[in-house]
This record gives sequence, C-alpha cells and structure tokens, in this order.
Amino acid sequence: MTTVGILQIAIFLGLILLCTKPLGSFMARVFDGERTFLHPVLRWLETLTYKVAGVKEDVEQKWTHYAASLLSFSIFGFVILYALQRLQGVLPLNPQGFGAAQVSPDQAFNVATSFVTNTNWQWYAGEATMSYFVQMAGLAVQNFASAAAGMAVAIALVRGFARQEKKTIGNFWVDTTRATIYVLLPISILGALFFVSQGVVQNLVPYTEATTVEGAKQVIAQGPVASQEAIKQLGTNGGGFFNANSAHPFENPTPLSNLFAMLLIFLIPAALTHTFGKMVGDTRQGWAIFAAMAVMFLIGVFVCYGFEQSGNPNLAKLGLQTNATAGQSGGNMEGKEVRFGIANSALFATVTTDASCGAVNSMHDSYTPIGGLVPIFNMMTGEVIFGGVGAGLYGILLYCILAVFIAGLMVGRTPEYLGKKIEQKEVKMAMLAVIATAFSILFFTALSSVIPFPEKGYWNPPGAAINNLNNSGAHGFSEILYAYTSGTANNGSAFAGITVNTPWYDLTIGLAMWIGRFLFLIPLLAAAGNLVAKKRVAATAGTFPTHGPLFVGLLVGTVFIVGALTFIPALSLGPIVEHYLMHAGNTF
Amino acid sequence: MWQQLLPGLRIKLFMTLVLGILYPLAITGISQVFFPHQANGSLITENGKVIGSQLIGQSFALPEYFHSRPSNAGANGYDATASGGFNQGPTSKKLVDRVAAAVERFHAENPGHSGPIPADLVTGSASGLDPHISPDAARAQAGRVAKLRGAPLARVNELIAQFTETPDLGVLGEPRVNVLLLDLELNRRFPMQSSSSPK
Repeated sequence: MTTVGILQIAIFLGLILLCTKPLGSFMARVFDGERTFLHPVLRWLETLTYKVAGVKEDVEQKWTHYAASLLSFSIFGFVILYALQRLQGVLPLNPQGFGAAQVSPDQAFNVATSFVTNTNWQWYAGEATMSYFVQMAGLAVQNFASAAAGMAVAIALVRGFARQEKKTIGNFWVDTTRATIYVLLPISILGALFFVSQGVVQNLVPYTEATTVEGAKQVIAQGPVASQEAIKQLGTNGGGFFNANSAHPFENPTPLSNLFAMLLIFLIPAALTHTFGKMVGDTRQGWAIFAAMAVMFLIGVFVCYGFEQSGNPNLAKLGLQTNATAGQSGGNMEGKEVRFGIANSALFATVTTDASCGAVNSMHDSYTPIGGLVPIFNMMTGEVIFGGVGAGLYGILLYCILAVFIAGLMVGRTPEYLGKKIEQKEVKMAMLAVIATAFSILFFTALSSVIPFPEKGYWNPPGAAINNLNNSGAHGFSEILYAYTSGTANNGSAFAGITVNTPWYDLTIGLAMWIGRFLFLIPLLAAAGNLVAKKRVAATAGTFPTHGPLFVGLLVGTVFIVGALTFIPALSLGPIVEHYLMHAGNTF
Repeated sequence: MWQQLLPGLRIKLFMTLVLGILYPLAITGISQVFFPHQANGSLITENGKVIGSQLIGQSFALPEYFHSRPSNAGANGYDATASGGFNQGPTSKKLVDRVAAAVERFHAENPGHSGPIPADLVTGSASGLDPHISPDAARAQAGRVAKLRGAPLARVNELIAQFTETPDLGVLGEPRVNVLLLDLELNRRFPMQSSSSPK
C-alpha cells in the first residue's frame, strides 16, 4: 500500500462525512413534507405527479397498503421494462438496429427483474444488445424508481421507531415521489453534467467509425451515457451502459470522475443515517450507525487493497514488477485500468459491494482470492455497510434489532431500541429476512454446482451448469457463489467469467433477486407496522444505550457473526482454499 | 385495493416520460452546447477523418510504435463495441500461460530491457479499451522505438515525460501515458524511416 493510496481512501471517507449532515437533514425535511429550498422550483412537478397518479398527498397507509403499493409499483415497472426490451426493434432511437433477437424472453425476464429490484445484474453487453431507447426510457427509469422505492421503505421503517401509538407508516406514493423529485433528480442532473465534462459521452448518434493509426477499422460505441451514469451511481444501481461498466473510459474516463462516482454511491446511504437520527429525535443514534458502517468499510477496503497490492505470486515469478513505484502501480494489474491503479480499483470494489451498487471499475473475477473475498463478504452481510439507497438503512436497522436482542438475552431484559420494546414479532421478522436471503444464496449455489443438463438442451445449452464457468477449480465455485450472492443481495456486480445468459441462470438468478428484494423488504415493513403501534418507553438506568461505542462494537460484531457463521463453509470452498492453492503455485 | 395499485401504472408511465425521455434529452441538449467535444466521444480527427478517440485505446502491432496493453475486447482486441476483460482468476492456467507468452514477446521485442517488467504492460485491462500504460511501461519500450525510428533515446524519453499525465488534482489516480496521443506525436516528430509489416 502506498501513502498516496491511503490518502485517497481518507479523502473519500472525509468527503462522505462532510456531506452526511447537510444532505441527511435535507432529506429529513423532504420526507416530513416540510418546505425546502428546492420547493419553489420543483413543487409543481410533485403536485403534478400526484394529480397524474391519482394519489392524495395527505392520506397515509397502513403497512399492508404500503407493501401492496410497493409491489404494484414494482410489477408495473417489470411489465413495462419487459415490453420495451422485446419491442425495441419497432421503437425509436435504435441506430444499431437491435431487436427481439438480442433479448430472448428469459433474458428479458432477467433484466426486468434485475432493474426493478435495484440489482442491475447484467447478462448482456449493453453496447451490443440494448437500443438507446431501452437504455433511456427503460433501464434508466428503473434506476430512479428502484432507488426511490428503497428510500421509501427505509423511511417507513424509521417512522415505525419515530412514531408511537399510530397505525400508519406514511404513503408509499408520496415518499417515492419526494425521493425522486427532491433528491434523485436534482443530484442526477448536476452529476450527469459533471460526468460529461470529464469525457462521459451523451449523444444519440450511431456508433462512430474510425480508421486507426495502423489503418484498422475501429467502431466506437456511443449513446446517452452520462444521464444514466449519474443515477446508476447515485441510486446504487450499478447497471453499466457498456459491458465493461465503470471500467469503460466512456463511463468513467478520469480518476476525478472515479472519485465522483464513488461519492455518488455512498452519498445517500451515508446521509440517510443522519436522516434517521433526525427523524427519531436523537442524531447520536444516526452517528452510531454511521460509525459502525465506517469501521466495517475501512476493514474491508484495507484487506482488499493489501492483497491486491501484494499481487499474484504466480505472475511475479514470470518477472513482473509487483511493488508500487513512482512510475507504475505494481500489484495485481490483471483486470484493472492504469488510470485507477490498485488503490482506486480496490476502493471502488469495496464501495460498490458495501453499497448495493454493483458498478465495477475493475474485473473482480481477476482479483486475488482474498481481495475478491472482500466484495463477496460485503454482499453477504446484506449490504449494510452504508448499503444501497434505503436498503442500507433498513438492513442495518434489522441488525440493530438483532443486536439489542442478543444484548437482551445476555442480561435477561426485554430488549429495547429507541424506546420501543423489541418483542417476538420484530425478531421473527428480522430472522425471516436473514434466513430467506441466506437460503437463496446457499441453495442456488449448491444446486448450480451439481445440476446436470443435456448439452444443447433448452435450459442450459453448454450442458451441466458448471460448464458455464470461465475458470476451473476453487475459482469456478467462487464464480457461482458470487453470482447468487450478487443476485440475492441485489448488488449486480459479478465474477464475470461465468456465462449467465442461459434460461437456467436467467431464471434462478432472477428468483434470487426477487427473494432478496421482497422477502427482505416485506418482513421489515411488517415489523414497522408492528412497531408504529407501540408506545415509546422512557429510558431508565437499566436501558442499554444505543449511541455509544459499546453498541457500535456490538452492532459490528452482530453483522460479522451473522455473516460469518452462515457463510464461512461456502467461502472456505471458494476464495479461502484458492488463496492457499495460489501460494502453493497450483493452477487450473 | 385498486386504489393502492392503480397509481403504480400511472406513476410509472409518467416517470417514463419525465425521467426516461425529458431528462436524458435535456442533458443531451445541454451537453451538446457546453461540452460538444466530450459529449461526442472526445474524437480525434486528422484530415477530416476520425482516427479514434483520445479516451479509447487502440491496438498497435508495429514495433515502431509504443504498444498498448493486452486486450480482450472483441476477437482481436480493442473492439470498442465489445468492451470487457479476460475474467481469468488468479489460479487460472490460461492467465499464467497468457502472461508468460506476453513476457516472452516483450523480451523478444525489447532485448535491451533489464529488471522486472511493469505489470500493466503484460496484463489485460478491465475494459479491454484502456487508453493508457504506466510511464514505466512506456520507458520500457523507449529503446526499441528510438532505435527503429532513428531518434535519440533521450528525445524519446523526453516525449514520454511530456505525455505523462500526473494524478488528477495532485493525488487522484495514477500517473499514466496515453498511448494513442504519444504515438501520434511520435509520427509527427520522428516519422517512420521505412514501412515495416506487423509481426
């Protein structure tokens, strides 16, 4: 690790820290329906949205109605996106002439699921598959919608703690609309223009034909990239316009655009911890969560950076420079871009999997075993290290419930969090979410590791599901494990060597995405519905304070223990054994 | 119940119009006015013909040019409609064999080089379109290029120094050399003496 590398990580976290309070306070005002400085400019769009949608702004919903609205919002999004893909051949803005042939029904199902659940897993290469119209009006719209829905659910859960003896937890349509209009859209507009200034393309012209210096023909893919890039990062979506995602020079041309992209990813999740603190009337509670997240972030980033910088001994043996010097980055440069080097690649890989973003600026498949374990483990925690927009906050609140429950067991008291008694219903709902996601990851991984198919059959033309791997041995298993972890955690990044555009993978990863999104969200909304009816009891001398370092430690411990106990066996079969094989000089 | 569900369809259609059509068109319009060069791909033209983009790497096979990194974009590399990396894991035999072959080729082309090889020069990038190599990777090729172009080595090294981009704002990212821009300048300063065929 280099001093400059460590300095860049510090700068990044420092900037996030600076933005947390102002944006967090702003969002608290937005979701409480108070006037902000943006209301004179944007209030008309908000009221117009309610009029078009047929929504009454001041009518609140019980948790069941809130959940039903969320499902309706997601299902209509799914239907529209599925249709747009299959019909792209007859729709406008399609200079490369893509059609239904590029997107089969199972593939369209997978993409529609992927973008509706904020996963943005991609079996396809954007520049060879999707028309500009599908990218703009289909994929990018879902980038806004799924992010706004995540924020709405987080706010609903926070209201469960903040209010007492109530029945309603807010109005889904109002929360989603406000999240979109006052938070996502303004920042996306500024972000998109900044990206363009750095070199991200934004046009609707056909691909450019160039004759290279040596006289070869090079066709350069174009498109309305910057407008999608901004919301892709800000909404922790992560679905690239191009196949190479944020490693592509047209999506992420400079180290400055790279820093900006990473800031956009963590911006809202970090600020929501402060929004939470504001809404429950005790900002220390928010900062405690921020601290726990920051600790886990730093552990991950330095483990990943350290192992990537030490490089691959099997390549070092061939005479490669693996130490960083003034004139080159050293380390494991396979699958990384020169402008980002080791530090910014490791940092981005950690950030994108801490959050549920899934954009990549380097190819995780080519990471060293332990460097690649960090992204997998981050996703296995349920992405609560800042996490997805909204998803990070409701995920960490789930762990807060578990943490105070464990603490309560130790001292023999009914646990409380923010003055609400945590009882059977809340703990059951939290565990349902944890178990459903763990089951999805481990069951599908196990199944794909063994399931046979006839070659050239419908379900998986390459034959057995393991024939789709680009790597053999332990790393091949890691590719499968990564795929279902990424799908279930709604991340969307990949160990991309695996070929997943077959009906088997499209459907099982699609199912994993539905499970990971809705069997996580709905139990938490149920818990919110239960909590909102409870009284807040006053803190006494016996109350376990949830804003101090002891709670931060307990929370970090809970996240690691739940993650570790559930997944260590699977990780041992993949990255951990591969680490030892690599150092023993074995290749496959 | 329909009262809870129907807004889903209406709001999605409205969002498609505002966020899916008006927003990207507005960004496109503003970008085309204020940042036309960047918005259209930072293209480089010579004599009215597009020869590439300064952000997109190209394949250089002739020994008189500085070479880019190995690429897995498309069948022959640097296909800007097929971005992507090799996606070979750290214990992949394909990876080790591929890098070993690249190392061997490097030594054959640059017999004067001693010491370790800059890692970026023989490993594949993430996008397959990486426009840069590290300054060390450029210097490692300087001897070959200078000799074949009949230029003094010191002048070629000066050129590398001139085309080395320093980290953004002094700290962000890595020092790097844009291969296409460097090779174009090379052609202007030290034109090729005789045509040679790609290896």
